[in-house]
Amino acid sequence: MSNIIDLKLFELVEKIKKKEISSTEVTKAFIDRSQKSKKLNSYITENFENALQKAKQFDEKPDFNKKLPSIPLAVKDLFCTKNIRTTAGSKILENFIPTYESTVTQNILNEGGIIIGKLNCDEFAMGSSNETSFFGNVQNPISENLVPGGSSGGSSSALAAKLTPATIGTDTGGSIRQPASFTGTVGLKPTYGSCSRYGIVAFASSLDQAGPMTQNVKDCALMLEVISSYDNKDSTSVDFKRGQYLKDLNENIKGKKIGIPKQYRVDGMPKEIDELWKKGMKIIEDNGGEIIEINLPNTNYALPTYYIVAPAEASSNLARYDGVKYGFRSKGENLIDMYEKTRSEGFGDEVKRRIMIGTYVLSSGYYDAYYLKAQKVRRLIKNDFDEAYKKVDAILTPSTPSSAFKIGEKTNDPVSMYLNDIFTVPINLAGLPAISIPAGHDKSGYPLGLQVIGKAFDEQNILNIAYSIEKNINFKNNINDWWIN
Amino acid sequence: MDKLSKENKEYLIKRNTNEYEVVIGLEVHAQVLSESKLFSTSPTKFGSEPNTQVSLVDAAFPGMLPVINEFCIKQAIKTGIGLNAKINKKSIFDRKNYFYADLPQGYQISQYKNPIVGEGTVTLDLPNGEKKIGIERLHLEQDAGKSIHDIDPNNTLVDLNRSGVALMEIVSKPDLRSLDEVNSYIKKLRSIMRYLGTCDGNMQEGSLRADVNVSVRKKGSKELGTRCEIKNVNSIKFMQMAIDYEANRQVDVIEEGGSIDQETRLFDTKKNETRSMRSKEDAHDYRYFPDPDLLPLELDENFINDIKKNIPELPDEKKKRFIEKFKLSPYEANILVSDIDTSKYFEEVSKNSDVKLATNWITGELFALLNEKNLEITESPISSKNLSKLINLIKKGTISGKIAKTIFELMSDGDKDPEKIVEEKGLKQQSDPKELEKIIDKIISENPKNVELYKSGKDKLFGFFVGQVMKSSGGKANPQLVNEILKKKLN
Amino acid sequence: MTIDLKTVKHISKLSRISIDDNKAKKLSDDLNSIFKFIEKLEELDTEKIEPLTSIAETNLKLRKDEIKSKNIREDILKNSPEDNKDFFVVPKVVE
Repeated sequence: MSNIIDLKLFELVEKIKKKEISSTEVTKAFIDRSQKSKKLNSYITENFENALQKAKQFDEKPDFNKKLPSIPLAVKDLFCTKNIRTTAGSKILENFIPTYESTVTQNILNEGGIIIGKLNCDEFAMGSSNETSFFGNVQNPISENLVPGGSSGGSSSALAAKLTPATIGTDTGGSIRQPASFTGTVGLKPTYGSCSRYGIVAFASSLDQAGPMTQNVKDCALMLEVISSYDNKDSTSVDFKRGQYLKDLNENIKGKKIGIPKQYRVDGMPKEIDELWKKGMKIIEDNGGEIIEINLPNTNYALPTYYIVAPAEASSNLARYDGVKYGFRSKGENLIDMYEKTRSEGFGDEVKRRIMIGTYVLSSGYYDAYYLKAQKVRRLIKNDFDEAYKKVDAILTPSTPSSAFKIGEKTNDPVSMYLNDIFTVPINLAGLPAISIPAGHDKSGYPLGLQVIGKAFDEQNILNIAYSIEKNINFKNNINDWWIN
Repeated sequence: MDKLSKENKEYLIKRNTNEYEVVIGLEVHAQVLSESKLFSTSPTKFGSEPNTQVSLVDAAFPGMLPVINEFCIKQAIKTGIGLNAKINKKSIFDRKNYFYADLPQGYQISQYKNPIVGEGTVTLDLPNGEKKIGIERLHLEQDAGKSIHDIDPNNTLVDLNRSGVALMEIVSKPDLRSLDEVNSYIKKLRSIMRYLGTCDGNMQEGSLRADVNVSVRKKGSKELGTRCEIKNVNSIKFMQMAIDYEANRQVDVIEEGGSIDQETRLFDTKKNETRSMRSKEDAHDYRYFPDPDLLPLELDENFINDIKKNIPELPDEKKKRFIEKFKLSPYEANILVSDIDTSKYFEEVSKNSDVKLATNWITGELFALLNEKNLEITESPISSKNLSKLINLIKKGTISGKIAKTIFELMSDGDKDPEKIVEEKGLKQQSDPKELEKIIDKIISENPKNVELYKSGKDKLFGFFVGQVMKSSGGKANPQLVNEILKKKLN
Repeated sequence: MTIDLKTVKHISKLSRISIDDNKAKKLSDDLNSIFKFIEKLEELDTEKIEPLTSIAETNLKLRKDEIKSKNIREDILKNSPEDNKDFFVVPKVVE
């Protein structure tokens, strides 16, 4: 029998249900491997003992009527997990232990899942390389000193290194899809409103969305079924009929019209990206789909729009970290002094930078020129997609403009770091679902991803298209466990 | 909009030969009567142990989100209807960003440019007539928690029980011109909200507070002066003192050739003066933007109409009806309608007994009794039922008005039934003309000298005879009949 | 639009984040390059466009007026930086 850790999530579920393996064996396998993989620095908090205990309890009295029967999972440290430390990758929450559970992780628990740990991420989800975490950089298992992407870098790293059979991340401007692309894994950002934001440390409220990160599309469909739900504790949660994503997964894409946005052809894009894209288009056509060029004329304005809207919302969402109720507090002579010192010491540079941008764009005299303008451009961007979807069923693009870069390579230039998000950001602005699947390698052997973007609430469609592409590409991640002694 | 009669005493500040008018606008914060808070499910009850009515949302824990209370929306709409105001079908909740220890989110969810209620009017009942005060808007917002500075000498203690309770902010136009008008305005607002059950108007518990905007201008000028805002004044008396101090301060500044700085001030209740809050230059950059955790509130016609249909009779309408139906004077009607509990009591009494007597007894004897015992009318020692009975006894002639007063006093000890008291104490009025004649004849025969004096022109002596008859009958003789019969016999 | 040192200090006061002069200078440079990038939006004419504030395709859900939260004072104060079983404790405000 192949190694437990090499099994796919849906295979683990089947084998546990058939009693071919025990939860204890599975949990132990992932914990062991996690313990050998500290060099990756994927974990911020380990919950190994509790998890093992839960696995043992399950084995004694199993309940197989669950979608994730006693399956161990580590999750991004942005989800508030009851009694398990939740830091958001920040010093300001270094010792914060929530007394409540996020809806998404509660859904996992309800379906039998076991939380084995919390995974590293860029501080408050602000970053594209997991280099802004208070708890240190994360390594990409693909190669030493390579970034795993961000902000869900710990998640993508742990997933690719098989320290967890699947995981969940959050995506505000590409934070699931870009790390998936950098590590050769699958990452899905659902339609805005599909997964509840209750209990997720908020970055940018109108952009944040939780989503599954898995080794393959089938696992992704299973995870989406578990985590997507209507939640009346979240006023932006949408009550729509969620599909049986796994059951209805099929690779038949005959007759599907797939759009290729001409504005995504960026100048100076590496040849390999272009070739990958063409490869994807060919697969679509070979399988009965139709490739149609579409126009998303306001694409170039997406990044500037994002870098106004996201920081603005973040500056307000992070105001609650003031040292009063919870979290880190620095000694101050008076209240204002305490605030200033706490926030100055508690937040890292990138977070402070974005709070300042956000405060500035909302400040008196600038609201109209920046925030209001950005909200108007946001509508133009959404309209572009609405128009395009009159002609096509889904859109195919590269996930990222390049493969993973070296740790430290982009840290001095925020703008060049922001450009990582160029293909992913417009989708968050429009609230649409999108999935990144590994589709090839660049000349260094690093993975590259393709992104399928769907209509709102049409996750089934993009899962199916991704499934089809995945079957045809048969991508293999070349991971040689370099970090394990 | 000013219907002041010529005799209305104007509130003017005089210096040398200059007369200054005072222009006042009020921003009233009224706590909404509801079970749970505006965006969270914790209770709103006043006076609980600190931090026992705080939910995770109220304390702004990571990942917490607001969900709006439908009833609070209805309460705001009801109040808007009571203010004759426009109900806006679409309104938006904005974040007002600032830092303070009792503001856990670091922002208050409020409404900025698109409030739920627009322009309206409130009619003041002033001694010299009515005056309409314009309402600019009403919006919903979260209340903050409480910062307690005087328990710990080195620290401030924070209680978040109040954090998140729904507030209605009612902004008036700068139409108020005197301390009396301010008094009348606050009372009217309070009365309307108590009628509607949208706010209990309890200023001592803080469910009604106001920020006062004051400016002055030379009498006759059409331009508005620079205003100062006096924050968080919690009683009408303090409001009036603050306004008076501030108006005089501003006039002094102007008279000395200076100009008024627009600023926020506090009223020091010990020194009875306003002073500038330490100026934080950034204090007013609230960086308002629509709250991305919420969506615009869109109300349909049916929702609003359902509320309109169920609005109870409001003070102005009730006043009109009392005047028309019961033929009360505007003055009397005012007193009876200004508080909903008084109007209820009055209507109960007048349902079963004479309206004129009900009016007099309630506004006279009953109010005096309540004042003396420091009670609200809902705590009245005499029930409306028994007061009705008393009035009926007077109307039927069973007892005289004078005796009624005695009985009233006896009733107030345990809400005794007046009919029983009359029985027990034998206080029935003597109204049998034959019996009265006997007594009168006796008095006349016993006082021949006074009879002669009266017949010769000493009219005042009539009172003597009345007095004697009353004394002889133990106060029970029917005064009207006594008068009639005496007159006949003496003339 | 250049963001000078004075503006940086002003914004840092508004956001309650203290910042020394060195950091302020670096921040000023960073912000300027970011804003140059953001200013691209000025190319677009958006006068007649309605702003998009919410992307959620749903109506604002209204909650029934019911008390669902009990007294959880212990939980509320559990993570509090200063020990006190009844209140949050902060340094005094200088009024």
